[in-house]
Amino acid sequence: MPDLSILSPDRLEDALLALQGGTMDILAGGTDFFPAGRAGPGRKPILDLSQIAALRGIARDGAGWRIGAMTRWSDIWRMDLPPAFAGLQAAAREVGSIQIQNSGTVAGNICNASPAADGMPPLLTLEAEVEIAAQGARRRVPLQEFVTGVRKIDLRPGEIVTALHLPELPEGAVGRFEKLGSRRYLVISISMVSALIGVTEGRISTARVAVGAASPVAQRLPALEAALTGVAAADLATFAFDDPAFYQPLSPIDDVRGSGAYRREAVAELCRRAILSACEGCGDD
Amino acid sequence: MTDPISKVKLGFTLNGAAVEIAPEAGERLSQSLRERLGRRDVKIGCDAGDCGACSVLIEGENHCACLVAAHQVQGLRVETLAGLVEREPITQGLMERFQDHGAAQCGICTPGMMVSATALLREEPAPSDTQIEDALGGVLCRCTGYRKIIDAVAGRAPRLDGRAEVGGAIRRLDGLAKVRGEERFGDDVAPQGTLELVVIRSPHARAGFEFGDLEAWAAATPGVVTVLTAADIPGENCFGVIPPFADQPVFAEGEARFRGEAVAAVVLTPEARRDFAQGDFPVTWQERPAVMGVAEAREEGAPQLHEGRAGNLMITGFVARGDAEAALGRAEVVVEGRFESGFVEHAYIEPEAGFAQMAGDKVEIHACTQAPVMDLEALEIILGMDRSRIRIVPTGVGGGFGSKLDISVQPFLALAALKTGQPVRIAYSRTESMQSTTKRHPSQIHLRIGADGEGRLCGFAFDGDFNTGAYASWGPTVANRVPVHASGPYQLGDYRAEARGIHTHCPPSGAFRGFGVPQAAIAQESLFDELAGKLGLDPLEFRIQNALRDGVPTVCGQVFGQGVGIGACLEALRPAWAELRAEAEAFNLDQAGPLRRGVGVAAGWYGCGNTSLPNPSTIRAGLRPDGQVVLHQGAMDIGQGANTVISQVFASALGLAADRLVLIGADTDVTPDAGKTSASRQTFVSGNAAKLCGAALRGEILRAMNAGEGAVLRFEAGAVLAEENGRQQRLDLAALPMDDLGYVMRAEETYDPPTKPLDENGQGEPYAQFGYAAHLAMVEVDTRLGTVRARKFVAAHDVGRAINPMLVEGQIEGGIAQGLGMALMEEYLPGRTENLHDYLIPTIGDIPPVQSLIIEVPDAHGPYGAKGLGEHVLIPTAPAILNAIAHATGVRMRSVPVTPSKLAAALKGDKNG
Repeated sequence: MPDLSILSPDRLEDALLALQGGTMDILAGGTDFFPAGRAGPGRKPILDLSQIAALRGIARDGAGWRIGAMTRWSDIWRMDLPPAFAGLQAAAREVGSIQIQNSGTVAGNICNASPAADGMPPLLTLEAEVEIAAQGARRRVPLQEFVTGVRKIDLRPGEIVTALHLPELPEGAVGRFEKLGSRRYLVISISMVSALIGVTEGRISTARVAVGAASPVAQRLPALEAALTGVAAADLATFAFDDPAFYQPLSPIDDVRGSGAYRREAVAELCRRAILSACEGCGDD
Repeated sequence: MTDPISKVKLGFTLNGAAVEIAPEAGERLSQSLRERLGRRDVKIGCDAGDCGACSVLIEGENHCACLVAAHQVQGLRVETLAGLVEREPITQGLMERFQDHGAAQCGICTPGMMVSATALLREEPAPSDTQIEDALGGVLCRCTGYRKIIDAVAGRAPRLDGRAEVGGAIRRLDGLAKVRGEERFGDDVAPQGTLELVVIRSPHARAGFEFGDLEAWAAATPGVVTVLTAADIPGENCFGVIPPFADQPVFAEGEARFRGEAVAAVVLTPEARRDFAQGDFPVTWQERPAVMGVAEAREEGAPQLHEGRAGNLMITGFVARGDAEAALGRAEVVVEGRFESGFVEHAYIEPEAGFAQMAGDKVEIHACTQAPVMDLEALEIILGMDRSRIRIVPTGVGGGFGSKLDISVQPFLALAALKTGQPVRIAYSRTESMQSTTKRHPSQIHLRIGADGEGRLCGFAFDGDFNTGAYASWGPTVANRVPVHASGPYQLGDYRAEARGIHTHCPPSGAFRGFGVPQAAIAQESLFDELAGKLGLDPLEFRIQNALRDGVPTVCGQVFGQGVGIGACLEALRPAWAELRAEAEAFNLDQAGPLRRGVGVAAGWYGCGNTSLPNPSTIRAGLRPDGQVVLHQGAMDIGQGANTVISQVFASALGLAADRLVLIGADTDVTPDAGKTSASRQTFVSGNAAKLCGAALRGEILRAMNAGEGAVLRFEAGAVLAEENGRQQRLDLAALPMDDLGYVMRAEETYDPPTKPLDENGQGEPYAQFGYAAHLAMVEVDTRLGTVRARKFVAAHDVGRAINPMLVEGQIEGGIAQGLGMALMEEYLPGRTENLHDYLIPTIGDIPPVQSLIIEVPDAHGPYGAKGLGEHVLIPTAPAILNAIAHATGVRMRSVPVTPSKLAAALKGDKNG
């Protein structure tokens, strides 16, 4: 007989202790847990993190920011945050539906490790680090190293993701998010792009661009970022966004949502829109 | 360290009251609410957060209860619709407005919509349409097209007029239960704790299979009561909606012919059900080569699905008139195209569900259905039992659109109740529903159409292959309907159309709003635009010039001397056509960016009732001694409004307001057969029966009082009053003898539409009436991303007489939403899009405003002139959208759905996109 228990500790220490006892399945917001059948036949004992208040919320952390693992998507878009968060906030509003945004958590989105996770591109542009706790141990891993493949993450037995840390945001930078889907709501992205752009004295001083659903794990686009840096904001309209070299890290596939070739071209267009819009946002200051 | 709290009591506040339960670990809150706390107003449509039907408020926030573990609400406040309608003034206001607008059709999504709207209005009392869409975007509706829901939430003025008779815009008579969350659908009737059924289904498109020792397995598995296989079927292991083509087993024997086909079923306790995995069942599969497309299926040496259907050809439908080839030869201009479409899933939000129990030696099946008497007839054969021992009690139906015409859960439930003697229930999972029930036929159509130098049609040759899947279902109807309708509502003297139904190892294709006609209309209406373009004619005027008229024969040689309303529909679109085309062209001239707008037009027609076959409806009514008039309304209301429309017709004939009637539904023990809810026949056929019945009851009352035809009747407690020429008479009902049904007077009338058989060339009188439709669609195309957004629809429908204009609009808006889905996003791929996040249907943000133009060209056969509407609403939508895309971009798409990926490729000139 399987152990049918469920634990809902209200302290992280208790959760970490429980994980020592054997293999438990971690339940966060439930939006992937239940559809994946993890509460169904053959389920493991469940460790529910929803009662641990310390895991939820967004706060300043030194020069940077800390986003608790159990922070809901609606917590993020409802908060008043600097313009650099605008991409993450826009993505938060595009995750599924209001119901999904009220349940789904930031860490759950990351740990589910879907190529189409809407949270990944904006968090990559914010250079998030994943804070991981185990009993008596803490470690931090850059987000791009934490998600290692489709449904694969660098989380060891006994560990829980507790937060995302964002380093100091580039002064005046503005975030954007462009989602491409076949309908308005409740849609898994065909592809999506997030950009974080800073402009100093009329020229792009910060350029971070990340793409989701065009490779097994969302990717930054270093060549595009390098090419953008130093470009006059006024010249951006004529910038050659469709240079294939920019998108070399991507490996889009054909699936029911669209062809790989389509994704490649759509991504270039989404990059153009996100970056132009972010750049215009910089001008608003 | 916290103790495990499994099986420990969990406390929270439900709808204002403290409750305690002891759920299983990981139990979904939706399950706890429904099965432990009796809160069946929380609906389950997908168990994956894809549909929002189970929306509840937790601490005032909107959540899908299927994605919340019951243990997560310890100590929190949970509100469901049933609680909100009792306590929350905002929800009480919504209750009224949803009824005023007809915002609840079938009602299965209504709890989710109203709960979501309550959360919004608590925060934002005067929301914009965008805020409404954002707040309700997580709830799918398949019936309404969403616009009336937006109107209700926004609090716009309704169009009600309060006239509870023919022509009056009144609330649905059955609407209150829907907005209170009290409507009982297929999964809402079984008592808590009832035994459950799990169906064992083939994981392969084609597979042999062998069972292990089922008896030993059942005996050894805790909670398993019994196993059902083909060996348990007392009658014939065969069903089919069209008896000569019946070919589908309840349980496959020897070989499964599609992925999702049933081979066995397990009856087990609810506890055992929760822990049961398909892999636990002792069966081994041998996957075999399958044919999935019609071309493969037609190849020599292809596996043959059924004996006697060589080449996997099930049937060919054929209509010919004049000489199509000769006409095409002499035509000034000929256009030609190949068109294709895929499987479309009905995607009603209520998966098939029901329960069965024994009542003495009678088996009662309570389930959602569109055709209770057909269910009964199928079970007579399967169970080998006399029909007097079978009772079908339809539950509320959470959407049907054609698929709930076929039996699904019914035989499993009946067999299980008979074998165990105990009540048994089942609700299909979303994936099971999508895998195993019928779909719209995929089509491959080749069409050539000619026109002469004056723009008159000159020759039409249609050839279509329809993938009918593993079993016949309604495939023969599709093959026969398509050639009769493929011309569209136009004048064509030289015509040839052939449609073939071809078997493959796919799920059975069956009935889906339009029976193949929407697929054919895409080809015909697209090529009409090309013809008009080649001739330099305005597309709308070209259609008006060629529109069918009174006195002109159809392609079947049928001549209607009256009632042909397509000309009126098309002409009604002229002002909007001119305005929107100009608006789109001006928009495009102004655009530096990638957006382009276009406006397209398309028309359609649809014959109401069965094709050249009898399809009678019977309606019964009785007068009770207390003065109440009872209407046995057997026309299944699956959301479209039959309960209200049939009542309005009956009421006008009798002379009593429709909202004073007592309605009894389609229970086969107490209500006569009003036929299936299909073929757009209920308003027309059952409506006529209701009119005859109302008139007959009125006649009986007048005779009893010796009153004249013109008397005005008043029904009071225990009496009927008749007033005529200032003279009043009273009939005391208590003094009259009661019949076996408790009535002092009773009437029962039947109507069967007059048709004539089709000859070998499809010539004859297939239908007593057609209804007509024409749509305009304005779209906006993002030419860089290939995305299409509909901006506006104008829809003209000739309904003969609008029995209830509000319900007419509801049908139009809902049909347009389904047509848009078919055009832009919907494609069922076995094994790949078997859920509602990979199979996409339109959300509230995808449907633009719809302007309905109700045209009333009365039909001599229709009750008060009324024509059918249910299927007409879908037919012109997809081609209007395709024509609008072509107007916007110059690119003609011939394969639906036009996904962004496909359109972007076509915009680049890549035909293989």
